Amino acid sequence: MHRIDQANQEALRRMLAGEPILVDVIPAAKAIPSLKDRTILHAGPPIGWQYMCGPLQGAVAGIIVFERWAPDLASASLLADSGAIDFHPNHHFDAVGPMTGMTTKSQPVMVVENRTFGNRAYCTINEGLGKVMRFGGNDAEVLTRLAWIRDLLGPAMGAALRDKGGIRLKPLIARGLTMGDEMHQRNVACSGLFLRELAPALSRTVADRKTLAEILSFIGGNDQFFLNIAMVLGKAIMDPVRGIEGSSVVTAMSRNGTDFGIRVSATGDDWFVAPVEMPKGLYFPGFTAEDANPDIGDSTIVETIGLGGFATAAAPAVAGFVGAGAASEAANFTRAMAEITVGENPGWTIPALDYRGVPTGIDIRLVVETGIAPTINTGIAHKKPGVGQVGAGVVRAPIDCFKQALVALAARLGVT
Amino acid sequence: MADAKKNSAENLLNARPAVINIGLEGFARDLAAQGVPVVHVEWSPPAGGDADLAKLLAKLGA
Repeated sequence: MHRIDQANQEALRRMLAGEPILVDVIPAAKAIPSLKDRTILHAGPPIGWQYMCGPLQGAVAGIIVFERWAPDLASASLLADSGAIDFHPNHHFDAVGPMTGMTTKSQPVMVVENRTFGNRAYCTINEGLGKVMRFGGNDAEVLTRLAWIRDLLGPAMGAALRDKGGIRLKPLIARGLTMGDEMHQRNVACSGLFLRELAPALSRTVADRKTLAEILSFIGGNDQFFLNIAMVLGKAIMDPVRGIEGSSVVTAMSRNGTDFGIRVSATGDDWFVAPVEMPKGLYFPGFTAEDANPDIGDSTIVETIGLGGFATAAAPAVAGFVGAGAASEAANFTRAMAEITVGENPGWTIPALDYRGVPTGIDIRLVVETGIAPTINTGIAHKKPGVGQVGAGVVRAPIDCFKQALVALAARLGVT
Repeated sequence: MADAKKNSAENLLNARPAVINIGLEGFARDLAAQGVPVVHVEWSPPAGGDADLAKLLAKLGA
């Protein structure tokens, strides 16, 4: 067996052996001690303020006001432009964030521990649908909701998770796949399953009935609540796959709205970036493709572990929602992704494919050879700051990222 | 043997063809529009025809 194939088998083994447990919710500054004041973690590969797209700049301005580093959005933008704020990718701090991916010191983050390898990963709590910060929303309604998440929901979820002793996440995913979720644009089943797991503990640990009712209503009313959990689970699974000598398996795919970046196991923490593409999809009433921002978010970590676009066959309803074609065509997306992956995940199976496992472990060699780029199911943000989500669609990872990574891998292995 | 070859050639010209199309999908669409049974196979040259990348892929065991 070729040495790269051997290395990739080890990468696949680590992916399948991961045992992610949601153990706690704590302030980001406590979870990530290196996350300092006036530091903002964002989605995607590294980017400076002047190159950020509209929604990302909008979210940055909003989170600066939220953290009280500036009194209003206008002065927040000036502060960001002045160089007084440090910007870093979530991925550099063991974290991920959906869409704009804002992570700052006082926000609560969910903590997922990979019990097999001992690493931890972090992600903020999903804010709900509509006008939210992950889509660039930044008005008083958005900031008030973030404050409620910081002051009530986060501490309550943390207490409930500690009371319960954590929640094993792989079984939830396995069940969600049989109930029509692909864990990127459809999280209806897993959000419900998660609430069913957490609700008894919440009822024990939240003394105030009004607060308890608000929390249950908030989680139960958000079909995408589980998205952030699937993402942090993905980060916890993929981090131990980094740095396997010779492995051509992708360990992260991520977008900042300007660039798409990937990381590959053998090349460690180097980013290979290319201009991000526009999703093709369906738009909410009153919006068109003219309003859309290019692809954005760390949520492609779910495709990196074989979910999202890779598991579309499990979620035929998504094919219609994102404008990908007829429900009967959903299986073709998953079959195509099997052409560029190392193996399947026997623990996460899809009934509609006779219980085949989701395609797992993207091999950059197969992507470049076949020209089949990873398929991503995604939400679409408005290109202007502060508007929010305008649709959902499908987008491909730029093939150029994979070509660059292949050349770098060859150089690392001394192959010319 | 010669008769068999002749029959085979006649069959090709006289029988209704069934086609497997590889590569450019336009040929398959045209045949399908004329009612010819056709299966299209999506295929492109390795690395999209980039000879340098194809060589590299071969050395990397793809």
